Amino acid sequence: MAKIFTRFGDGTPTELSEAELMQDLEAGTEDAADRGKIPPLSKEELKQLFDIVASPCKFVSVDRGNEVILTYDAATLKIRRVGVAVDRIQALQIYEKILGADTMELCHVDYSFKPLKSIVTMEQPVLEQALLGTYIPLFYGAMPNLGLYSQPDGPFPNPAELMPDGKIREAQESYEQTVAAAVRDIVAVAGAMHESGADGINIDTVGAAGDADFLAALLATQELKKRYPDICIEMGMAGEFVIGMHGGLTYDGVRLAGLYPHDQLKLAQKAGVTIFGPVVNTNTTESSPWNLARAATFIKAAGEIAVIPLHPNMGMGVGAVPVNDHPPADIVSRASKAMVEICRLDGL
Amino acid sequence: MGGMRAAGDLVARLQMTRGMKIAEAKKYVADRLKISVADLCDPVIMTEVRQDLQLGTMSPQPGDARGIEAKFRIAEALGIDINCVQRFRAKAGLLIPDSPPRTR
Repeated sequence: MAKIFTRFGDGTPTELSEAELMQDLEAGTEDAADRGKIPPLSKEELKQLFDIVASPCKFVSVDRGNEVILTYDAATLKIRRVGVAVDRIQALQIYEKILGADTMELCHVDYSFKPLKSIVTMEQPVLEQALLGTYIPLFYGAMPNLGLYSQPDGPFPNPAELMPDGKIREAQESYEQTVAAAVRDIVAVAGAMHESGADGINIDTVGAAGDADFLAALLATQELKKRYPDICIEMGMAGEFVIGMHGGLTYDGVRLAGLYPHDQLKLAQKAGVTIFGPVVNTNTTESSPWNLARAATFIKAAGEIAVIPLHPNMGMGVGAVPVNDHPPADIVSRASKAMVEICRLDGL
Repeated sequence: MGGMRAAGDLVARLQMTRGMKIAEAKKYVADRLKISVADLCDPVIMTEVRQDLQLGTMSPQPGDARGIEAKFRIAEALGIDINCVQRFRAKAGLLIPDSPPRTR
């Protein structure tokens, strides 16, 4: 039997025998099950994954009828990042009319709510003008990015400097103050963009600064839903695991530190999130099949309890997509098909 | 789902405005447009449907509804409120005073 072409998590090509491929799938699902305290994939699901990975086709796709919606984070930022010199509204038109996107997102290169608060009146007219000429749903997105609230970038003492000095309580108090400030900024910016007509708000890369970051996003969502009951909020996570930088923060009585996607989803639903985007990180030293089985195990556990649409992140470095600026279509398409068809997803 | 090439934007609007899961959202849009769920992902069929209902197409013809004009049609066809359409109505003085809120 010929070897099966696949890759490592950094995108490096490799080949596996059938036995090696199945071993990696089994090891990947066991790793996720152990970390998340969730069931591993069944033998049938592993066989389904095996067939997807072992397909001789360079590019694979979902079966007819299994098509899902794609949402995008930081869309207008990414067009500029690759050096295409177009205005943001033109970038949106590229997504809409050239790429055939289902939804799109307007954003600023300084992709955090804190800096956006002071220029939101310059962002609103761009959104309002974009909405006049485009057809498909348009999000406005940014990150909570609580790292910007501590000194020297922000007003509060830096927990990373306090903790090495043993000032644990002081560090925790600083995190608690940043949460309140971040909630005010998220609500101010998201509220302004909603009132300018945005179809949705994407609170993106949530949890990048740990449990305080996640709490700020949950509380901001709760407040926005209270002020604007019809607002659509998509919450995209930064990583698979909420890091306990504070350690004691809770939402609705649940400690945030240490939550994996299926538990993050429960809190997002309680806060009023409309669409949830969980993340599973890619391990660069393991194979793509290992990463895929691991990601599918985490996301399947979330998919089974989701009452809101679930759009897992499937970009570079997450969702078994290799950590590379040019993710290869062979793995991206296999990962997308596998995630959609095994995990009961509504989008990516 | 192919965005405006098919019905991806329309199905997305049901996830965003009503929180529908994918199967429910597809069925809702198909029923409203009086087509099959399979048709939603077919760019040939959907171009005709979108042209007939003026929901916006990838290659609009002269005189077709464009941008916000098409979104007025989409809101009506799907029976949903679209935020920027509501804002346009308010800014253009098109809201009927004391009109009851749209049934959702």
